[in-house]
This record gives sequence, structure tokens and C-alpha cells, in this order.
Amino acid sequence: MIGLSHYLVISAALFSLGIMGVLTRKNAVNVLMGIELILNSANINLVAFSKYSAGNISGQIFAIFVIVIAAAEAAVGLSIILSMYRIVKTVNLDRADTLKG
Amino acid sequence: MNPQLLWDLKKFYPEIILTATILCVIIADVGFLRIRRNLTFVITGLGLILAFLSCIPLCSAPPGTMFYGVIAIDQMAVFFKCFLILTSFLVLLATPGSKELSQGPLGEFYALLLSVTLAMLLLVSSVDMLMLYLSLEMVSVGSYIMVGCLKNDRQSNEASLKYLLFGAVATGSMLYGITLLYGLTGTTKLAAIRDALASNTATGNNSTMLLVATALILAGFGFKTATVPFHFWCPDVYTGAPTPVTAFLSVAPKAAGFAILIRFFFTGFSNSSGAPGFWTPFSSIDWRALVLVISIITMLLGNIAALRQDNMKRMLAYSSIAHAGYILMGVVVLTAQGLQATLVYLITYLFMNLGAFLVVIEVFNRTGSFDLKDYRGLYRRSPFLTISMTAFMLSLMGIPPFAGFFGKFYVFAAAVNANLVWFAVVGALNSVVAVYYYARVIKTMIIETNEDTSIIQIPWTSHVMVWIMLLPTVGLMLFWGRIQQLTIGSIKLFLG
Repeated sequence: MIGLSHYLVISAALFSLGIMGVLTRKNAVNVLMGIELILNSANINLVAFSKYSAGNISGQIFAIFVIVIAAAEAAVGLSIILSMYRIVKTVNLDRADTLKG
Repeated sequence: MNPQLLWDLKKFYPEIILTATILCVIIADVGFLRIRRNLTFVITGLGLILAFLSCIPLCSAPPGTMFYGVIAIDQMAVFFKCFLILTSFLVLLATPGSKELSQGPLGEFYALLLSVTLAMLLLVSSVDMLMLYLSLEMVSVGSYIMVGCLKNDRQSNEASLKYLLFGAVATGSMLYGITLLYGLTGTTKLAAIRDALASNTATGNNSTMLLVATALILAGFGFKTATVPFHFWCPDVYTGAPTPVTAFLSVAPKAAGFAILIRFFFTGFSNSSGAPGFWTPFSSIDWRALVLVISIITMLLGNIAALRQDNMKRMLAYSSIAHAGYILMGVVVLTAQGLQATLVYLITYLFMNLGAFLVVIEVFNRTGSFDLKDYRGLYRRSPFLTISMTAFMLSLMGIPPFAGFFGKFYVFAAAVNANLVWFAVVGALNSVVAVYYYARVIKTMIIETNEDTSIIQIPWTSHVMVWIMLLPTVGLMLFWGRIQQLTIGSIKLFLG
């Protein structure tokens, strides 16, 4: 029988994978993908809690808003990466190193 | 239509006015090509003034929630709304005088400034986790674009990218923390979360999970207020961003972050049933110790890292991190006096910090540099800028009679009255460290000499702007009774 804990384990795994992706990847687009994983792990949590423990639908409504936010963030993120690419000709984060000190 | 909603709209005028202004600015920017520079500026200014005026009647409104309990109107929210609109207005006035920004399309910048302001107004009054998260993301996404609005400048782009990646991870972690909190308490409303935590039925033995949720949520607040360990973006972003944007980021989103931090922890995570004006954290989660440690480390790290900075913007970035530590001190003592101290500190910080950035803008317009070594001999080149910068630096140090002293005084006094004398001592020792790097700027400007001794002429508009910052920084103590009254009246939080 699949219960709340199964969903929580999956979402915790997704969250950790997302954080790991953000910390280890050098490609800015891959980092953005890691961020999407983090947001989606939160969505799984919200829907699972709403179904199994909270007994109201605010979690599911929250998840819809999170999907919208994720889309907005990805759009802004990709456009910033694109404008970075126009100048530096790479999306490698190691090249974003002019600000230091 | 639901009559309650219509009634609620009356208290929502500042946000409605700002939304309308954003649309007008965008239309004016594409529709009136000849006069769009001045037109968008005037529309933005008028919109902000109208929004400010429409905030004032809200002061006397009874505290309450609107729109089915997602947004609260109380004196604290109104104070922060006025504060944030004022900050945006001052940054708006400083924008056309900045060489970095005034070459690009300003209409878009004004629209972004207004939308971030709108988002901050929502943020400071949200009492529902959904609204809190949405408005926090709205502030963040808007500021990412503002930082990167010099499209052809490599540093601006890089700063924007770093801000985006760091911010997305911080707010993403915060969201995960919010979902855990929702799972523990079964609600997204702050007041209901407090009741669930107080009854202890929801948490049971899950205090570890509650701690994890709180720490993750703190990541989001820490990112907005630039406190350790979520401050890494701050120096890079402040250096790379156009200076007016830096000035804006160092005051407005930071203040909004503190506002929501106060609302979140005082409403959701504290017990106010004891003596009036005192709060106690729940036994299941000792968030106070957590924030206290963060406050101390933030002060220390900000001050020590600022010691060896040779770039003015970077130095001011670390100094703003240190100031965030002091402001957090007012929050963590958990008394009404501490809250008042936080508000006083923010008022003084607004003027001295924006003023320092204004001088940086003026010097950059002439020398094209942010390096401290280009401030050598500034006294001979522009006595006015030097004397104002000296006043701002002394105020940031916290030397009486400048405004900054009163902010620090209130915060330390609040800590002492809450029996945290050692905490106040740590803060005071920190301000001693801070004297070094602020005094270094003064020394560079006045004592050292420069080969380039040409006079720096500044336009009259910039003169007026600097005076607007200088007068409150120097003369705030003359109006101390008013400030005292204003802040005492503004600490009323709607606790639902």
C-alpha cells in the first residue's frame, strides 16, 4: 500500500538531487534544471500532505502557484543566461569570474 | 460581488495605484517615443507619491485581514509600506543622475522598480504562506532583472546570473521548508500555524522535522536580508549591479525581508500570551537561539570582511551585511522595545546608506571608478561631496550626533533591557571594528593627495539629492520625539 511516507521519500530524494545538481554542475542550464527539481520536490510534498495528512486542498492550490512561479523563474533565468552567452560566448559558470575579492 | 471584497479593496489602494502606474509607464514607454524619458519618470514619481498618500489613511484602520485572510493590514505593515515607497521614490530621483543607467532605456527600469515595490508591499503584509512565497519570488525575480539591466555590461550580467542562481536555490529551499511546515500543521495561515504549534498536537515528537523546516525557511529570509550564511551573493551582486540598483537592493528588499521575518516568527512561531510587549518562542523549536547566532556571525563577518575592501561598492556591501546583523539584534530580543529599535534602525539606515551610495554615483560619473584610491584628495576636488560622505560614514559608524548613533543606541538598549547584556557588548565591539574601514574612507578623501586635482562639478539636481539624504542624517535627532512616536505607534502586529 502506497502511503504518505513513500511520497515524502521521493520528494526528499528529488530535493537532494536538485541541491546536488546545483552544487556540482558547471553548466548554467544544468543548474537551472537542478532548481526545477527542488521546486518540483516541494510540489510532491504539497500534494501528498494535502491528500494524506492536512485534509484540505490548500496544498494542491499552492502547488499550482508553484508551477507558475517555476515557469516565470525559468524564463527569467534562461534570458539572463542567454544575455550572458552573448557576451562571454559560453554558459560555463567558471567563466563568470570577473567579480571577486 | 461579495461586499466584503469591495470593502477590502478600499484598504488595497496603494497596491492598486502601483499596478495602474506600472501599466501607464509601459504604455508611455512604447507610445510616446519623443518624450518618453521624462514622461515615464514623471508618471513613476506621481504613482509613488499617490501610493504613499493612500497609505497614510490606513494608519488609523483597525488591524485586520483581507482577501480571505491572506493579507493583513496593521500599523507595522503600513509603516513598512510607507518606508518602501519612500525608498523607491528616492532611488527613482537618483536614477537619471547616474551615468550607468541613463544611457539605456529607462522606461523598463522604472516599470521594474515599480513592480518590485508592489511585490514588497504585498510581502510586508502577507500572513499566509502562499502569499508570502509568491510575493517573495516576485521581489526576487524583479530584482534579478534590475541587476542585469545593463545588457551589454559583463559585470552586470554576471551579477544578475549569480543573484538568480543563488536566489532560486534559497527560495526553493524555503519552499521545501514551507511544505514541511504545511505537512506538520496542516495549514498555510500563520495564525493557525501558531495555534497548531502551541497545542503541540501537530508536532508531537517531530521537533527535528520542525527544526529542519524552520532552518530551510530561514534560508529564504536570510537570502532577502543578506545574513550569514546566505550572504555570498551580496558583495558580487552589489559590485556588478548599476549603482542606483545597488542602493535600492541594500535598503528596500532588505527592509521587506526583515518585515516578513518579524511577521513570520512573531505571528507564527511565538507565544504572545504573557506580559504585553513580550514574546516567547515555543518549547518545541528554539528558533531564537538560531537567529541569535546568525545575528552575531553576520555582524562579525560583515565587519571583518569589509576591512580589506578597496572597492567602495564592495565595502558598502559588506557594511550592509554587518548592519543586517545589528537589525537582526533588535528582532531577536523578542520584545516590543526590540521591534521599535528595528524600525528606528531601518529609518536611520535608509538615509545614511542611500546617501553614501549617492556620493559613490556622483564620483563615478566623474572618475568612472569605484576604487577607493580614486577617492584620494576628493576634499580638494569637491568639498561638498567630501563633507557629505564624511557625515554618512560617521553616521554608519554610529557616532553621535549623527542618525546612525540613535539606531545603534536603540538596538543595544533593547538588548540590555532583555537581559542580553553580553549580546549588546558583542554588538558594541563590532561597531568598534567597523570604525576602521569607515574612517579609512574619510582619511583617503581628506588626507591623501591625488595627481588629478580637477574640480568635480555636480549638477544642481544631485546637490539637492545629496541634501535630501544629508539633512535627515545630521538632523534626525532634532525630531526625535516624532520618530519615537511614529515607531511606537508602528509596532502593532496583527496576530490573528
